[in-house]
Formats: sequence, structure tokens, C-alpha cells
Amino acid sequence: MSELELRELQDTEFPIPEDLQNTIAITSLSRLYSWSRRSSLWPMLFGLACCAIEMIGTAASRFDFSRFGMEVMRATPRQADLMIVSGTVTKKMIVPIVRLYNQMPEPKYVLAMGACASGGGPFKEGYSVVSGVDKYIPTDVYVPGCPPTPQALLHGLITLQKLIDGQSLARMDDVPWYGVGPSEPAPVPILGPDIIDPRQMELIRQQAERAALGAGKAAERAALGAGKAAERALPDVIVASNTRGLEAPETVGTAATGVAESEAADGEDPEKARRIAKRLEARARLAARRAAKQGGA
Amino acid sequence: MTEVVAEAKGPEREENLNTAEAGYQSLKERFPDAVSDDAREGYSGILVDATHLPEVATAIRDELGYDYLSSATAVDHLGLEGECLEMVYHAYRTSGGPALVFKAQTDRSAAEIPSVTPVWPGADFQEREAWDLFGIQFPGHPNLKRILLWEGFDGHPLRKDWREPYYEEEHKPFDSRWPGGKVFRAEETNLFGKNVQYPDDFDLGQLADVSDEALYSGLGLGVNVEPLANGSSNGLQTDTIVVNMGPHHPSTHGVFRMVTELRGETIHSLEPVMGYLHRNHEKIGERNAWLHNMPFTDRLDYISSMGNNLGYALAVEQLMSRGARYKAPPYRAEVIRVLMAELTRIVNHLWAVGFLLNDLGAFFTPMLYANNTREKILDVFEAAAGSRLMCNYMRFGGVYKDIPERLRSVANLVNDKIRDLDFMQFLGELVRDAIPRAIDELDDLLTENEILRTRCEGVGILPAETAIAYSTAGPLLRASGVAYDVRRAEPYSIYPDLDFAVCTRPNGDIYDRYLIRIDEMRESVKILKQILPLLEQTAGQEIMPGGKPGAYMPRVPVGEAYGRVENPKGELGYYVVSAGDPKGPQNPWRYHIRATSFINLTVLGTLCQGHKVADVVTILGSIDIVLGEVDR
Repeated sequence: MSELELRELQDTEFPIPEDLQNTIAITSLSRLYSWSRRSSLWPMLFGLACCAIEMIGTAASRFDFSRFGMEVMRATPRQADLMIVSGTVTKKMIVPIVRLYNQMPEPKYVLAMGACASGGGPFKEGYSVVSGVDKYIPTDVYVPGCPPTPQALLHGLITLQKLIDGQSLARMDDVPWYGVGPSEPAPVPILGPDIIDPRQMELIRQQAERAALGAGKAAERAALGAGKAAERALPDVIVASNTRGLEAPETVGTAATGVAESEAADGEDPEKARRIAKRLEARARLAARRAAKQGGA
Repeated sequence: MTEVVAEAKGPEREENLNTAEAGYQSLKERFPDAVSDDAREGYSGILVDATHLPEVATAIRDELGYDYLSSATAVDHLGLEGECLEMVYHAYRTSGGPALVFKAQTDRSAAEIPSVTPVWPGADFQEREAWDLFGIQFPGHPNLKRILLWEGFDGHPLRKDWREPYYEEEHKPFDSRWPGGKVFRAEETNLFGKNVQYPDDFDLGQLADVSDEALYSGLGLGVNVEPLANGSSNGLQTDTIVVNMGPHHPSTHGVFRMVTELRGETIHSLEPVMGYLHRNHEKIGERNAWLHNMPFTDRLDYISSMGNNLGYALAVEQLMSRGARYKAPPYRAEVIRVLMAELTRIVNHLWAVGFLLNDLGAFFTPMLYANNTREKILDVFEAAAGSRLMCNYMRFGGVYKDIPERLRSVANLVNDKIRDLDFMQFLGELVRDAIPRAIDELDDLLTENEILRTRCEGVGILPAETAIAYSTAGPLLRASGVAYDVRRAEPYSIYPDLDFAVCTRPNGDIYDRYLIRIDEMRESVKILKQILPLLEQTAGQEIMPGGKPGAYMPRVPVGEAYGRVENPKGELGYYVVSAGDPKGPQNPWRYHIRATSFINLTVLGTLCQGHKVADVVTILGSIDIVLGEVDR
């Protein structure tokens, strides 16, 4: 461990004599834990599109992200703790991506590299393109660019390191993996006539019912109207796909996610229900804290 | 200088036109009932009655000698003259010369055109794509399944009356954005907050993901009792096993998937599965204005974006040249275009060689060597175009900007200072010294390497006839001994004036496909060395006709055009159709990309048969695909 890192770790609460600072540091377990985790992030060797080329460029000798601890890229999700979604996510590809995400051991992070992975990018309007990977899996860091330069990706990775630094073992409700029991896997979408998010089954059923009553897709489209968003009333449900992470919208726990959870809670497993209740409670606390923080600022 | 070029090109072109005309004439005489001229304004070639297509296609190949089917694609003429679905075929002779264009039309409601795969097996994937995106049935096709989308998808999206979930308007720029529009999130217009739509009669009770089932049907899934009972010749009771590779696999060069059926470790059959990066270039391209598509072409073969730009610019210039006010690109623009295209070739081949070694198991070390020089070339691109990868540099009629005087790079700061170098000096050193040295270094380290030779020699042999029949292109075709290079076969830009050889290798194995890339890099350096003095001579001359920037919404006359270039991976073609409403918005009616990587994969199954699993990865690496172009 180098001198510099020791000083980084040192907790200022416990002063250490100047001449010992190069050899001793007193710190919390949580901080040491986060520090070691963020200093050895193993990204998954997983390229999707153009951004993958820049990701390889970042890994290569000129930019070399192993300088920051992303030493090895692992081809298997089971050995990786960071998924760099490097490129356009298509409906056909989101299914394996969610599966891969579920196979990664916790703690795990997702970095959306480039415009496509963040929100669909130039291909957003495409019929088989998913407008952002965060529609299906929670995303921690978004790196803009098309493609982001290696410098931008490095900046994104360092941002992620800072994020990990801020996570604490002591605050159990901060991130799902410090809570009780294993967290729920992300629901794997299904390829039907179009991609189906299992969390939206109820919504799809409702639409089908409405269609049966005569208000078909065409009528719905006319009601919503194209290109006049400003005058149009928002649909009553905006899906919150981000259930954790720094960019979580304030609408956390809206109808769609609520549906999935209430369905799960109806099940016989009381342990599971208790876990879910606890998580919802934690989430509410988190939202309250964030609101308080915003109010203060 | 410009006049000289025009003279050199002129007579040749006329003569070539005559040969194509002669072909049309003889076909009309031979099949008076089935063949007629395509008389629509701006269109060329012949219309073939769909029922007679197999005979006419055979005659085109065997009697007229058009042995190479470059492109087969569909166009939806909904609302245009003679409302129909149309298949457009571009056939070439491998000895060179222009295309013989023939078309077959079919009714939109019951679209059906006989398959030409018995004549040109290279049409296999292209017809599957036409089925997938247009819903045209091809009787006689051996394996007509969806290719880019999944089995069970609702509708055929490239039909003009099919609308995507985020549909706003037919043409860009959308009213919601310009002029004075308010930007909104497309998610807000969709009930599901996502890019999805479901048919009205969609029954969740019937929900079943059939995509994988359809894929595996026909392959020996599970234990097949018959071979077990009979036993094989050596007394062992064996069965085949299906192994799936990808779409997440470190050696598939992206999100590509192969389903293999193995007998022991030997490949019995292999089916490429794609569409995991299907980004709807063509549907989006039809909504875009002509120039909007230029940055999208960057993202096709994202390793060689400059080459993609050039192909698209050539195709649209072909259409525009029929207009009254068209001016050809100035000479300096052509010089810069060739400069960029050849640098791109070197970038691509360095990358391909590096990754081929990756596939052989030399994990990333040769790649780092190759990437070093590539990065220097990317600095040139960054200085000229503003972006390392997605250059978006060419325009209709020239290039976006002249090459700069200084090269400033923020990558790898030297003593915390931005490097500030003389561009021409940097380029000169690169071309005369750094690139040749890098090629020699790779050559020294790899070519005589024993492991590389043992793994590559005699593996994945592609005979010349098969290569032509399967419409392979580029290094893959030339490594099989076919000297076919669009730069010579149907020259464009200033290539006729340049001295370079079309490299070929006789054996058609992986080793030859590696060697040909080294050869081609050397030829590219030779071209670049001729370009350098031309750049200096033309310094200060205009790069767009009249020195003005190109029109934002250029007027493109009605008609069709097929522009093609020799991209590093092979022939890249753009088939563009303009319906040309002079008052309304100017958008392509059809924007099709003849993607080399996609068509080169047609032969993969055949190529891998009988080889070991480990060789499949190397064979794929030697084809050199990029998924952005495969799936589009």
C-alpha cells in the first residue's frame, strides 16, 4: 500500500503524529471495505456496439484503465462486479443482459456507456431498440458521448469509485446488498409480439381489455396525439425502473413496480413478504432523507 | 488535373454502359414475355416477371457471366407508381464492369417471389432479411426464418404502413423539434413508458417465447435415439450435441451468436444467429433527411467510419448528378477522401490482425501492438473531423472541412501540455515511417510464428467458386484467389490515377486471409505515399464545389442509385431510392445498406463444417465482421 493511499484512508477523527502518517492509518471497517472494493473493480468483458471499441481503447496501453484498479476484465459475469453497458441495447439483447446482470454476484454496479445505453441515443426511435438500459436494470453511472472518448469513460469509472466510497456498511438501507437476505433478481423480459417487461403484465392486460372494449391501439394513439406532448396529459403511470442508485427519480415505487411487489407479497412465503416490506420501508426512508436533504439545500 | 481524370474515366464508362445494355437487350430477346425495361423515371435495369425469375437468373449467371450477386434487397412502393413490393438485384461480373440490375415485383397483400438461392447461394441471408423486414415469401428458400428480429415479432417493420412505437411523423425534421418545437421525452407518449406496442388482440395467456425454439428446431436437440441404437463404425455409441456460443461471448466480435451441432469436437453444422444489434438503420434512414444519414453511416462498421461515409456520399452523388445544378466534388476533396479511406483500411486491418491473434489465444498482447499505431491514425481523424471514431466527415460534393494545419491532441498529455504538432508533418511521418514500421513489426512477429502457422494453414478453406457463389467480398474473396476489388473493377474517386495492386492469395485458408491483410496494408501505404504530394500540391484549393458548404437539405432527383466502395471489410454498397417531392421534405424513400460483414457471414456455416470447435472462433476472426454492420 502506497503512502498516498494510506493518507486517503486515514480518518481525520483520530489524529496520528506526522511522522507516523506514512506507516499507520486508523480508519473504519466500512471505509476500508469500500476502498478495497473500489480499487479492484473487475468489469465484465462485454461489448455491445461502437462504444465497445472505445472501451477496448480505454483498456489498451494508451489510456490503460488498470491504472485505476480495473485490472482484469472477466468474460464471465460470476467474476465481475461492474457491467459496462457499452453500446445500443436492443430488445433482443436486453434478455441476455438482464440474465447476465442477475448472474453477477453482489455488490454489483452498472455503468451505461454512451448515449444509446443511457437513453437510446441516435437509435432511440428504432423499433427494436431499448431506450436506455435503465428501463430494465438499475444503473449507477451514465457516461455521455457517442461514443464517449476514453477520457470520458475513465471519468465515469472514477465517478463510480467515488460512489462506492460513499457507500457504507453501517447504513444498511443505502444499497440492497447490505440489507437482509439476497436481493430480488431483475425480472427477465420476454420476447413476445414486442418485448414484455414482466413488471408491466397488469398494464398490458388492461390495455388488452380496453382494446376489447373498442378503444384500440389506433384510438389510443389518436388520443395521445403525436408530436404535441406539451398539450397532452401525461399517462397516469410513469415507470420507475431505477429502484436504487444515484439517479433514482422521485417517482420510486409507482404503480408498475408496486404491482410486481404486491403480487409477490401475496405469495405464501412470509419471509419473502417481510423482506419486501422491509425494503419498501427502507426505500421510503431513503426518499424522505433525500427530500430532507433537498429541502435543506 | 481534374480534366485529366474526367477524360480517363469518360470513354471507359460509356463502353461499360454498353455492355450492360447489351445484356439487357439479349435478355429481352431471350425472354420476350418475362423481361421488360424498367421505364420509370430515374430507374434503370429490367423488370422480370416473378414467375420466370429462376430461369432469367440462371441465364444471367450462366449465359451473360454475371456470376457475382452483390445485393438483393426489397423496396416497398406503397403509394408510388405501380404499388407493389419489389426485389432489386445487382449482379456483377468478377472480371469487372458495371452492374446488371434486375427487379421482380409482387403484390403487397400476398407477397411471394421465387428464391434465387439455387442460382446464387449468397442471396440466402438477404432474402431472409427481406422476409423479416418486408414480409416477402421466397418459395425455394432452404431456411426462410426471421433473421434480424425474433420469431413471433408483430409485423414487418420496413413496410411503409408499419409504424414504430415512438412514431411521430413520416419525415424529419419533426414539428415537435423544429421550428419552435418543444422537446419532450418519447416515453411520455407511450402508455408503457417504453418503446413497445402490442397488437390489439394480444392475449397474455398465449404468451410464449418461441424465438429459441424456432432456432433449435431442425438441430438435434436432446438425445436422438437412432444413432445411439445403431452405433457408429468404430462401435462407439454417439450422438450429436448442440452447443450455443454467444451472444455474450468474448470471441464473437460483438453480440453475435452461433449455434453449433457437434459430433464429438467436430462441427457438424453451424448456424449464425444475429440481430442482437439490430438498430433499425434503414427505418430511421427513411425518416431522416439525406444528410441526416451521414452520421448514421459512421455507426455501421464503426471501425471504418470514413469508408462508410464515402460509400454513402458516392451513392447520393450518383442520384444528385442527374440534377441540373450538380457539380462534381473538387479534386482536393477526392484526394482527402482517398487519404481518409486508405488510413481507415490500415486502421481496420490492424484491428483485424490483432483480434485474429486474440482468437488464436494470444490474449490481447498482439492487439496492444496493433492498437498503438491505430491510435496515431485516430489522432489524425480527430484533428480532421473532430472525433476519433465517428468521423461524419464526408459530405455530398466533398468533405466537411479541409485538413487542419495543426494537430492538437489532448490524449496522452506530454508534461501536462496538449501536444501541438504540424499536421502534415505528423501525417508524413506516420505514412513514411510509423505505419510501415508497425506493419513490418507485425509481419516479423507473426507471419513465421509456428503456432500461428499450424493453427491457420489449411484451416477454413474457401475455394474461389464458393467464395463467388456466396457473394463474399473483400479480403475474404481475394484470399481465395479472386482478384476482385471495387477500386479496380468499377473505379471511383481518383483511384484510376493511383498505382496500387489488387492483392490476392491462392489458398483461401485462414493464413492467407491473415497475409492478405498485411499485403493490403502495404498497398495502402503505397497509395498514401502518392497522396501526400497531391495534398501538398492542392493545398488551399476548395473542398466543396464553389467553396460553399453543402446544402443542409439537398434536393435529390427522383430515381434509384447503387453506390459502392471497397471498404476494408469488402464491398460496401448503398442502394438509395428517392421519391423526390420537390416541394415537400427531401428524404430517402429507401435507404439500404449492402453490408459486407452480413453477407460474408452467409458462408460461415459451410466454412466451419468438419472443423473443430476451437477453429470456429478463428475462422470467424479471419472473416473479420463487425456487428454494427451485420445487424444494422
